[in-house]
Amino acid sequence: MPESKKPKVAVWKFASCDGCQLSLLDCEDELLAIADAIEIAYFPEASSTVIKGPYDISLVEGSITTPHDAEHIHHVRRASKVLITIGACATAGGIQALRNFRDVRQMVAQVYASPAYIETLSKSTAIADHVFVDFELRGCPINKAQLVEIVSAYLHGRKPNIPRYSVCVECKRRGTPCVMVAEGALCLGPVTQAGCGALCPAYQRGCYGCFGPTETPNPRALSEHWKALGTSSDEIVRLYRTFNAFADAFRKESEAHEG
Amino acid sequence: MRAKNGKVSTRAVIDRQDFQQLFDHLSAQGYQLVGPRLRDNAIVYDELSAVTDLPIGYVDEQEKGSYRLTKTAQPTLFGYGLGPQSWKKYLFPPVVRLWQAQRHNGGFDVIPEDHEPRLLALIGVRPCELKAIAIQDRVFMGGAYADPIYQAQREQLFIVAVNCGKAGATCFCTSMDAGPRAASGYDLALTEILEANRHIFLVDAGSEKGEAVLRTIPQRPATDLDIAAGERIIAQTAEQMGRVLDTNRIKEMLYANYEHARWDQVAARCLMCGNCTQVCPTCFCTTVEDVTDLSAATAERRRVWDTCFSLDFSYIVGGSVRASPKARYRQWMMHKLATWIDQFGSSGCVGCGRCITWCPVGIDITEEARAIRSDSEDKRFTPATGGRKHEHA
Ligand code: SF4
Ligand code: SF4
Ligand code: SF4
Ligand code: SF4
Repeated sequence: MPESKKPKVAVWKFASCDGCQLSLLDCEDELLAIADAIEIAYFPEASSTVIKGPYDISLVEGSITTPHDAEHIHHVRRASKVLITIGACATAGGIQALRNFRDVRQMVAQVYASPAYIETLSKSTAIADHVFVDFELRGCPINKAQLVEIVSAYLHGRKPNIPRYSVCVECKRRGTPCVMVAEGALCLGPVTQAGCGALCPAYQRGCYGCFGPTETPNPRALSEHWKALGTSSDEIVRLYRTFNAFADAFRKESEAHEG
Repeated sequence: MRAKNGKVSTRAVIDRQDFQQLFDHLSAQGYQLVGPRLRDNAIVYDELSAVTDLPIGYVDEQEKGSYRLTKTAQPTLFGYGLGPQSWKKYLFPPVVRLWQAQRHNGGFDVIPEDHEPRLLALIGVRPCELKAIAIQDRVFMGGAYADPIYQAQREQLFIVAVNCGKAGATCFCTSMDAGPRAASGYDLALTEILEANRHIFLVDAGSEKGEAVLRTIPQRPATDLDIAAGERIIAQTAEQMGRVLDTNRIKEMLYANYEHARWDQVAARCLMCGNCTQVCPTCFCTTVEDVTDLSAATAERRRVWDTCFSLDFSYIVGGSVRASPKARYRQWMMHKLATWIDQFGSSGCVGCGRCITWCPVGIDITEEARAIRSDSEDKRFTPATGGRKHEHA
């Protein structure tokens, strides 16, 4: 196949830790197949070569936190046939969205010697708050098997197998005894979307909610149960405020328990 | 004595000290033994090689949404109740590849999957679980089309049942006519008897295969006293049921209450996490996933456990049929207790209590059914008074 016929894929970075892009580089077993199937046209993390758009698929990591980013994402959208956001930053604002619950100007004043040089938006927001997104791949970080799955699905025009149900389904499929039932651990699994293969419960820890809310989450009922187990409101707020703090269902639930 | 399945049943006694020989004999016949083992903080089903692999001395404390194990000084081999897993993981595995396809000369070749069943000896199958297997037999093999994967594995089992010596707080097998005594569907059924001066197993052979195995291990005929001791244990267990479910015209009762307010109340508490369906020994819903690799040179089709609590499960053109949480909880409970009867001729529930214990927020199917019955709009279904002494509000 001549080079130019391969679908062109670009990987973009906004405010993020690069962990999701690294998942792509971490696809050792699949890298050859990936290189065979697609042309990585823009991927500053991996190569300085820049091939001009438009791109068949853009993978976007990171959240929008500056006026410049808010501009730039429109450019990315215009240059992309399909735009897939990857990771909790791009799909929910990420860990940096914790600032959304505070006054950012005050923080900037406290941290920087010359706050006037800092240009930042008051909130860290998801890509979908700014442009149309074709698919949101969740996770902090994303699961590389899901990344390969979503790219394959778009390349071949088929339905992606990315379930929207809870981590619990994966937990049971894996045969892990429930840590909430058997140990009283606080687990976000019942309201968190599957994707990690129920990693934490397999190591006897509650789920931290890396993949964000399920398709129809009911965090209120989970919090009620935690309260009955003796969990304080502060603790509940803290549990919902991690990587997906600004995902709607988690945000609302944490706000409901704020003093 | 005759067991329900019509086979002549032999009653014998095996001493605890000879019990390993049962394992050894089954292993020598090529069976992989699987049964209860301790993992993390629960008892799961996994491979066994020696009697000492069993969770000796462990007992469990179960309630809605809670399970705790403790180790006692007792040398009992089967002193605990059910854990989160059921035998369906062997007969109906969570993920199975059905076939693969490979691109070839502009077309593609289908590569069928070889589902080699294993000779499995299931050790410690509880009465309610035997009934659950019988129900899944009906689902997977009782219709016009048998599931070949299930059927092949089903034919390679040796089943060692264990009558329950203790009922858990979430058990209600007596309500579902499923226990605490194994009625049929086993090769051997054991009752563990631990008294001051002896530790024995009263054994019933339920099949010729079982009888043949029994003959090869040290045993003696059961005396009337042994049999009476076993009966006492089972009768005592039947008295201990932690839950009850009034099954009197339950199908009609539920059908008459399709719009009961209780469905909204339970939906408000339900996480839609699907745990109840995954732990239920009769739930059988799957989805089919088609996967291609990046180059689309190969593709495969997998069958994966699904749950009626997911939106995709009832997705058809235009959206999900059961979009509301209420519709999804109602589907689950209605299917277990009512529509299953129309579909397969029996209840879909055996009263194992797993969905109650392993629901992270402790939703209790017996409590929900009772609430609906107690203020059923149709007064024909109001509960009979009395007989509710085990109620757990
Ligand atoms: S451990 Fe967590 S993810 Fe697993 S079943 Fe329990 S609540 Fe769900
Ligand atoms: S519905 Fe619940 S109690 Fe009944 S068989 Fe299923 S898991 Fe057991
Ligand atoms: S439901 Fe009955 S048969 Fe099942 S474990 Fe409990 S007591 Fe035993
Ligand atoms: S009833 Fe319990 S286990 Fe079942 S989906 Fe609802 S919360 Fe999950």
